[in-house]
Amino acid sequence: MKKFDKERALLAVAGPVLALVAAIVLTSIVLIASGKNPFEPYRLMLEQVGFSDIQVLIINQASLYYIAALAVALGFRMNLFNIGVDGQYRLAAMMTAVVGAHVALPSFLQVPMLLLVGLLTGAFWAGIAGVLKVTRGVSEVVSTIMLNAIATSVIGYLTLTDNFGVLVGDNITTGVMKESGWVPGINLGADVGEIYGLVFLAVLLGIGYWLVLNRTRFGFDLRATGASETAAAASGVDAKKMVFTAMLISGGVAGLSGLPLLLGDSHTYALTFPAGLGFTAIGIALLGRNNPGGIALAALLWAFLDKASPALDYATPVAYEKEIATIMQGLIVFAVVISYEAVRQWGLRRQQKRVGAELAAAAAGNNNHKKEVAA
Amino acid sequence: MTTATVAKPKAQQPGKGSRRVSLPVLLLVIAGVLVLTSIVRLISGAEGITSTGQMSTALRLAVPIGLAGLGGLWSERSGVVNIGLEGMMILGTWFGAWAGYQWGPWTGVVFGIIGGALGAVLHAIATVTFNVNHIVSGVAINILALGATRYLSKFTFENQPQGSSKQSPPIDSLGTFDIPGLSSWLDTLNQKHWFLVSDVAGLIGGLFTDLSPLTVIAVALVPVTWWVLWRTAFGLRLRSCGENPVAAESLGVNVYKYKYIAVIISGGFAGLGGAFLSIVASNVYLDGQTAGRGYIGLAAMIFGNWMPGGLALGAGLFGYTDSLNLRGGTTNVHALILLLAILLVFGAAYLAWRKRYLPALITAVVSALMFVWYVSTNEVPKQLVSATPYIVTLLVLSLSAQSLRMPKADGLPYRKGQGK
Repeated sequence: MKKFDKERALLAVAGPVLALVAAIVLTSIVLIASGKNPFEPYRLMLEQVGFSDIQVLIINQASLYYIAALAVALGFRMNLFNIGVDGQYRLAAMMTAVVGAHVALPSFLQVPMLLLVGLLTGAFWAGIAGVLKVTRGVSEVVSTIMLNAIATSVIGYLTLTDNFGVLVGDNITTGVMKESGWVPGINLGADVGEIYGLVFLAVLLGIGYWLVLNRTRFGFDLRATGASETAAAASGVDAKKMVFTAMLISGGVAGLSGLPLLLGDSHTYALTFPAGLGFTAIGIALLGRNNPGGIALAALLWAFLDKASPALDYATPVAYEKEIATIMQGLIVFAVVISYEAVRQWGLRRQQKRVGAELAAAAAGNNNHKKEVAA
Repeated sequence: MTTATVAKPKAQQPGKGSRRVSLPVLLLVIAGVLVLTSIVRLISGAEGITSTGQMSTALRLAVPIGLAGLGGLWSERSGVVNIGLEGMMILGTWFGAWAGYQWGPWTGVVFGIIGGALGAVLHAIATVTFNVNHIVSGVAINILALGATRYLSKFTFENQPQGSSKQSPPIDSLGTFDIPGLSSWLDTLNQKHWFLVSDVAGLIGGLFTDLSPLTVIAVALVPVTWWVLWRTAFGLRLRSCGENPVAAESLGVNVYKYKYIAVIISGGFAGLGGAFLSIVASNVYLDGQTAGRGYIGLAAMIFGNWMPGGLALGAGLFGYTDSLNLRGGTTNVHALILLLAILLVFGAAYLAWRKRYLPALITAVVSALMFVWYVSTNEVPKQLVSATPYIVTLLVLSLSAQSLRMPKADGLPYRKGQGK
């Protein structure tokens, strides 16, 4: 049994390591091809990690990524592709900002209420895709993509100054939220910055994700449905209900993912909110293998590439294009999916060989035994 | 030109024998919708909804979506789901513009196809050779294509006159042409605003006005695809890989080879669609130019039941609703609300006839609400207009998804010798 575990650990580590190495090598090739130093950018970016203000930026950014990636991963665990995390997150952040700007409760009520608004908005938007899938058989991949585009229009409409929009300078915002809804952060000094208070929400969600999936009946049903829908149905799981529930939860979590930024720093929703968060989250969930710990590492890596790369543009004496980080992110995702599959197949072959060898040995033993009896 | 006009009816044929909807019924439905649209136009006075200009814009917007859909068709018919179409289109826009502004638009078109095919090679390696989940690989390609084009723009376009890191220098036009006599005659007919006649004239006129040669090629590719996939031995083998790869293998078909070919052709189509965007639809490459058209092409293909004729119809529908965005959308979409309300009345009547009273009642109530909305307002918000194509896609899919049948082995992993 113990030997088997070692085998599993080897396989689990081999995938990401192989992927990272491959991505770095490929990125270096791109750098060489564009006539740049193939190693200097890595050193420059790693140097950035030493600065505490960059550290704060990375942690804050990673908290958004982490929650969004959990939402994606939840769907992945049952073969649901919630491509619509982006729309769910933006719509939920906007609605929360609007409610926060117009309702003022005492702080201990206001913050939970705002979290609930974000959760419900995200769940509602994902629920549309869920209903369409369950009742009409519409692929969630297509419907969530359409809902992303529709969310953009809905946000555009609701933030018109005739509705909830407030013009600040040239930017349309939703107005500043009431202060009781602000979540205080951990202040590390004026030039370092503040860690969002809701970073802890991200951690809690990660723990919750693990507990629900691995320690509850619901989590078991969810994973079973993902592994084999027919087998799950045979054991009494209502697949349609599971699809709908998983979509709601995924959307709800997605709805929370913008809130660390909204309640912790910006206190208003504007078009400056990070776009494409939901798509980035897909890559992060893949990289983290849908495992809460893995996703945390992946989110930190991604946030590091995001926040350390701008320094490349101002590097002296030679500046590098910060887009190299984007290329690297794409290459990482690609290398990850291929290497996981390659490692999995390699592991299967190893297992087959070992089992085969064991069986052959047993068969050989049997034969010998028979011969002895015969003789 | 002759290829397009002669071959066009052919594209409809796949719809004929394959589904419960036969060709006469389909034609009847189209005619019915035309009559209704005409009535709505007369009531609402929104002359724009069937004008030649509107139809011509619709065609221009439908082409890239149709090309992406054709790409999806090729790949999915061989059993590989291709959600990376969006990324391949992005590569097509970039490579098309990059080659286009330097060596002329036709070279750009060729490079656009090559760019899309490059992305497809990656997709094929991941999905066919390594059996990676098809959607996962597609998403990775979309991320990678976006990063790669942004990075490349920094080196190429930024240092050029009139270029920047988000935009390429302008590309020469491929030119446009009309059919002498016919185009202007149809346009005059359309201007008369007669019942039905003008609407049909507008629809046909739109197909023959301000044509780009690439549009003609793209339209012709629909029947060509149908012919290759359904009337040649090559096509039969390719489709057999998507339906039952093990059976195909047992008959001596090299499934890997066919899947590779199909996915690469698929990327070529998506790349061509991208090149159309940067060379014909506008004359520059812009960051984010594809705006999700690869996904919409995929939706059009699903809507078209994995058939070329159906996907052309889907692309046309999408192109039309998208064109409202550019031309008097707020009043035209308002008129379409009336059309939708009338259609819903028919739907409710049909449901009642089938003795499904509760759905019929719900449909009737929704229809009544639409009427109220139509009467109580004069136009719709601009944001609704921009969301219209997506809402229509969702509506159409939710009405049609259950009667669709995708290739049997679509998206499933396949290993050589797995059937032994």
